[in-house]
Amino acid sequence: MSALRILVPVKRVIDYAVKPRVNKAQTGVETAGVKHSMNPFDELSIEESVRIREKKKAPGGVEDICAISAGPAKAVDTLRTAMAMGADRAIHVETADGDEGALEPLTVAKMLRAVVDKEKSNLVILGKQSIDDDAAQTGQMLAGLLGWPQATQASRVEFSGDSVEVTKEVDGGVETVRAKLPMVITTDLRLNEPRYASLPNIMKAKKKPLVKMSLSDLGVTNERKLKIVKVTEPPARQGGGKVEDVDGMISKLKELGAL
Amino acid sequence: MFPAARRLALRGVTSLPRSTSALAGPFSQSAFQRLLSSLAILEQREGQLNHGSLSAITAAKKIGGSVHGFVAGSSIKSVAEEAAKVEGVEKIIAVDNAAYDKGLPENFASLVVENIKKGGYTHVIAGHTAFGKSLMPRVAALLDSQQISDITAIESENTFVRPIYAGNAIATVESSDSVKIITIRGTAFPAAEIQGGSAAVEDGVDPKSEATSEWVSEDLAKSDRPDLATAGKVVSGGRGLKSKEDFDKIMQPFADSIGAAIGASRAAVDSGYADNSLQVGQTGKVVAPQLYMAVGISGAIQHLAGMKDSKVIAAINKDPDAPIFQVADVGLVGDLFEKVPELTEKLKSS
Repeated sequence: MSALRILVPVKRVIDYAVKPRVNKAQTGVETAGVKHSMNPFDELSIEESVRIREKKKAPGGVEDICAISAGPAKAVDTLRTAMAMGADRAIHVETADGDEGALEPLTVAKMLRAVVDKEKSNLVILGKQSIDDDAAQTGQMLAGLLGWPQATQASRVEFSGDSVEVTKEVDGGVETVRAKLPMVITTDLRLNEPRYASLPNIMKAKKKPLVKMSLSDLGVTNERKLKIVKVTEPPARQGGGKVEDVDGMISKLKELGAL
Repeated sequence: MFPAARRLALRGVTSLPRSTSALAGPFSQSAFQRLLSSLAILEQREGQLNHGSLSAITAAKKIGGSVHGFVAGSSIKSVAEEAAKVEGVEKIIAVDNAAYDKGLPENFASLVVENIKKGGYTHVIAGHTAFGKSLMPRVAALLDSQQISDITAIESENTFVRPIYAGNAIATVESSDSVKIITIRGTAFPAAEIQGGSAAVEDGVDPKSEATSEWVSEDLAKSDRPDLATAGKVVSGGRGLKSKEDFDKIMQPFADSIGAAIGASRAAVDSGYADNSLQVGQTGKVVAPQLYMAVGISGAIQHLAGMKDSKVIAAINKDPDAPIFQVADVGLVGDLFEKVPELTEKLKSS
């Protein structure tokens, strides 16, 4: 088996612990001054790539781990984090700030296809979904565009000879599939526990190569097919108050018709 | 900052007339559009139709126009005939080939694409299940269409509503694609009933493209309890249960006392108290039962994303400030190790 050239797409999103607020104009959520970090599923992708190298899981070894992110200038912070966790280098595809620059999954998939060709990647590991748009599409779209096999929501990745065996989280349990490289894998929470970047590694990551590109360098335009008509707050749920004891709970539930 | 805010405000205003024109009905632009026709992708497993996947037919009927169903696998005839009994379905397209049994996305996507092209559908709908999530984006990419994921409502043939940011915001989006690829949230569209219909069953196109992946094995959690995703009642345990033994000892009799499915928070799953497949939340299952009972669950936003559309939410937690109490219709502050067994006993004897 040839050596692995792993491409790991990462996305800068509002931190998972922050409760997003819809903006006044109802065009999106407030992002200014809100803490952002790497999409949690993407941390798993980086971690898995680094573990494949450290644990020598792939018979042909790992030649390269390249992180890539499309987004405004601040996406560079996310890429530095990826490199501090162990990625060798990074590509930043710069887009406009705010809603103007937001790319739809299909556009991201087209961009990644161009990068895969350019970088001669043979394994792409993505998060199963980003926690902002919750679309869960990019990995599958990329696999479709490349004509590569895909294994989504991976909780275990093993190599044997020239094949990769992936256990996937499915409804009601797990399913294992096998495919030959090149392929696309998307990560699920159970896959691993991402490491924290150590201070020395954060310092080293500042010296690792980071290449800037634009969408047009990759022959892709930001064509949007979904227009956001409006974004609203979900209907608020009012707590119904507390009861004193178990009997109180049973009678309240009966009153509400739930029992 | 001011010009940016103004631009956003202006955009909000200009989008109004456009979105209303989309609803103007058959007398405006849609008279010139193709006739609406939807293909609902149905799931089957070992020759059994997955009834939950009939939600796709409910959604297709809401869009309007003709509704066809699609199934593929070995000996698909009986599955197709069962689906043909759903009222309002014109045709079931069936492809009989064992190569599609496991729903591997590599060959299943090309299969679906060929049948979409032949049928000239304007909408293709599947559930936002493991199968739909794995298949549909691949189909969308092959058709150069931007999929609309996990919709909870249909406003018009091209305008759809979907939750974003773990359900903390609700986006209304308008698609300009000629073929709309859609996955639906099952809890927002009840499964169509198998009665009153007599659709024709027709053989679909089979491109016989090879799967580039191979199915190896599966390990599904077995349970006699109702299915979590569709249960009328769900009792869910969190980190407060402390161990797998306690989780089983407390939650199982409790679930059985009211005929509920068992769910769990991510904390409980990560700690090994419950199986992954029981996780409720943004990254697990989304449920909307009549009654959701949260036991020892604090109520993180990722968990709320998976259950806040439940009709009635009840919570038992020893922390009176736990965020779960802000959404619960009934809250009881107390030690779950005392309260839940007491509740179980009283419910059993009532």
